[in-house]
Amino acid sequence: MIRTPLRPLARVIDARGKGQNPDAIEATERGKRNQVLHQKNRKRAESRLTLLGLAFFLGFAAIGGKMAVLAVSEPVEPKLAVSDTGIHSQRADIVDRNGSILATNLVTTSLYAQPHMMIEPIKAAQELAKIFPDVNQEKLLKEFTGTRKFVWVRKKVSPEQKQLVHDIGEPGLLFGPREMRLYPNGKLAAHILGGAGFGKEDVRAAELIGVAGVEKYFDERMRDPAQVDTPLQLSIDLTAQATTRRVLSGGMKIMNAKGAAAVLMDVHTGEIVSMVSLPDFDPNDRPSQLLKGDPSDSPLFNRAAQGVYELGSTFKLFAAAVSLEKGLVNENTMINTRGPIKWGKFKIRDFHNYGASLSVMDIIVKSSNIGTARLAQAAGTQAQKDFLKQLGFFEPTPLELSEARRVKPLLPANWSDLSTMTISYGHGIAATPLHLASAYATLANGGYQVKPTLLKSNSSSQHGDQVLSDETSKTLMRMLRAVVTRGTASFGEVKGYHVGGKTGSADKPKPNGGYYEDKVIATFAATFPTHDPKYVLILTLDEPSIRAAGENRRTAGWTAVPVAAELITRVAPILNMRPEVAGSGKVEYMQAKH
Amino acid sequence: MRTVFYMICSAIVITLAYWAYKENYNTQTALREVNELQQKIAIQKEAIAVLNAEWAYLNRPERLRELVDMNFEDLQLIPLMPSHFGDSEMVGYPTEQQLEIVSPVSATIADVNLSGAGQ
Repeated sequence: MIRTPLRPLARVIDARGKGQNPDAIEATERGKRNQVLHQKNRKRAESRLTLLGLAFFLGFAAIGGKMAVLAVSEPVEPKLAVSDTGIHSQRADIVDRNGSILATNLVTTSLYAQPHMMIEPIKAAQELAKIFPDVNQEKLLKEFTGTRKFVWVRKKVSPEQKQLVHDIGEPGLLFGPREMRLYPNGKLAAHILGGAGFGKEDVRAAELIGVAGVEKYFDERMRDPAQVDTPLQLSIDLTAQATTRRVLSGGMKIMNAKGAAAVLMDVHTGEIVSMVSLPDFDPNDRPSQLLKGDPSDSPLFNRAAQGVYELGSTFKLFAAAVSLEKGLVNENTMINTRGPIKWGKFKIRDFHNYGASLSVMDIIVKSSNIGTARLAQAAGTQAQKDFLKQLGFFEPTPLELSEARRVKPLLPANWSDLSTMTISYGHGIAATPLHLASAYATLANGGYQVKPTLLKSNSSSQHGDQVLSDETSKTLMRMLRAVVTRGTASFGEVKGYHVGGKTGSADKPKPNGGYYEDKVIATFAATFPTHDPKYVLILTLDEPSIRAAGENRRTAGWTAVPVAAELITRVAPILNMRPEVAGSGKVEYMQAKH
Repeated sequence: MRTVFYMICSAIVITLAYWAYKENYNTQTALREVNELQQKIAIQKEAIAVLNAEWAYLNRPERLRELVDMNFEDLQLIPLMPSHFGDSEMVGYPTEQQLEIVSPVSATIADVNLSGAGQ
């Protein structure tokens, strides 16, 4: 670079020659030099500022970018111990009305094999067959020596079995944690709870899905993470359920019955306090469905909620109710019971000849088919249809069981006058014991519709629409009481509980038409105490038969009624019902009539 | 003057950076602790669930019935029947209890009292 001196000699001499001040030249040269420096400094400062600006910009951009990323991403809780496989096996507990556990989850292990990692597959298969006797050894052997890379061996393994498998020392046998569903009470409430099985399965976790009963009906609520910590509270009382099952199973054995069902229901709230269907099963080990044959032979069949039967004379009360409510008769009106009633080629007969006429009360007490047929004829088909519809016989019950929701009572396709007469004594229409319980609850609680429910209700009454007047309800209860004190259900008397009820012995229909002569469905529909009903008990026995007083007895008065009496004796104290015995402290004053 | 200002500023920056890093590491430690605690809580919750299930299993009606039957001689429990309901009038008033003499001193005092009363 050529540097011009501050005082260039040529110009200075020139200036001195012209008489100018040479300092001016110095000043200009200095000025020029300073200018260049200035520019250089300025450029440097500019570049520094740019760099600084860039640095700040990057800094702010980084902060802004992080803020944007935070705003867009999902908030994440601090991680829990369970590895996140996307499978949630958490399930809510099920408890009874008093808080006792009916169903809960339990941590357990599953066993799987990876055959390509196995050292001695044959020995492993043999040892496993020794530890798990129900496992098929040949199948295991084939799988372990085959080409598959992953084989489930057992879905649920107890800690002792886990130790034994571990002791085999086979690296190809591996364990994975999972939760299983445990029903601590065994066979109790089996049909109500249903059962749970595994859905999606992974080695790290497995999904529990409800398969039947309440587990299936409330499956989503049980798996909802927000509600997993609140147990589902049922209306079932565990002690009452245990007692009912025990008495019913004893009764079934004594009466040589093929099956039995009992429903105990609160008349004001519709809560099911206990519901038992026998034969039953263990929900911990649910048996597989029958593939052929009659589905009602399987223990999985819920005879109380799914079994559709012709319920027989228990329907007579509905015929009486319609006539009483319409004001056509009162309980002392005499009805012509001369029979048999002929309709075309059909004849309607009574069990015995009850004479020329009976009062409405006696029609129920003695159970006369002809009497109720005449009552139904007088009231008319439409009145009968409307009343049965209001009692819920045209629809499945709203009970919280998926099996019950699909069961519609069988109604006649053509509701002729003959149907009206046969339905008045319970033939020609088929319904479940649960439908009957709900209908009798309506008759007993003052005429209000109630919905049967398995969930605990928090209020003491869930009355719906009123379909009968209070007075009719009281009259009907008096009739039921008379059936026990002097009618077909004399074995049903339980001291102190004022039991009233109607018996029904319906011949079982043959699958191809017609009826069996020696097989009945014996039903007893009871309420207690009849002067202020609290509970309804429906007890059904399938093909009972007992030798008593010199004869083979099959009617409900000899089979279902004694079992029901024993049941009420055992269950009523558990439900905190004091027996009302004369002279037990409560004194009532009655005004003397002149 | 400017240099002093610059030095003070850089000192402040260094202090702030140190504080920021410390907070960061403290947060990481706290998160790790929370993680550990949550694992412990999960283990304890599992243990509680297992105990509840076991308690329900031990209290199932079948087993209680069997236990009652096995121990009938000692317990003499029978199923609850309607005849077991009673009135409050049936419960008697408590009887007056004479306190026992349990030590020699009280025995001598009792003796004195008796002899004293006798005089």
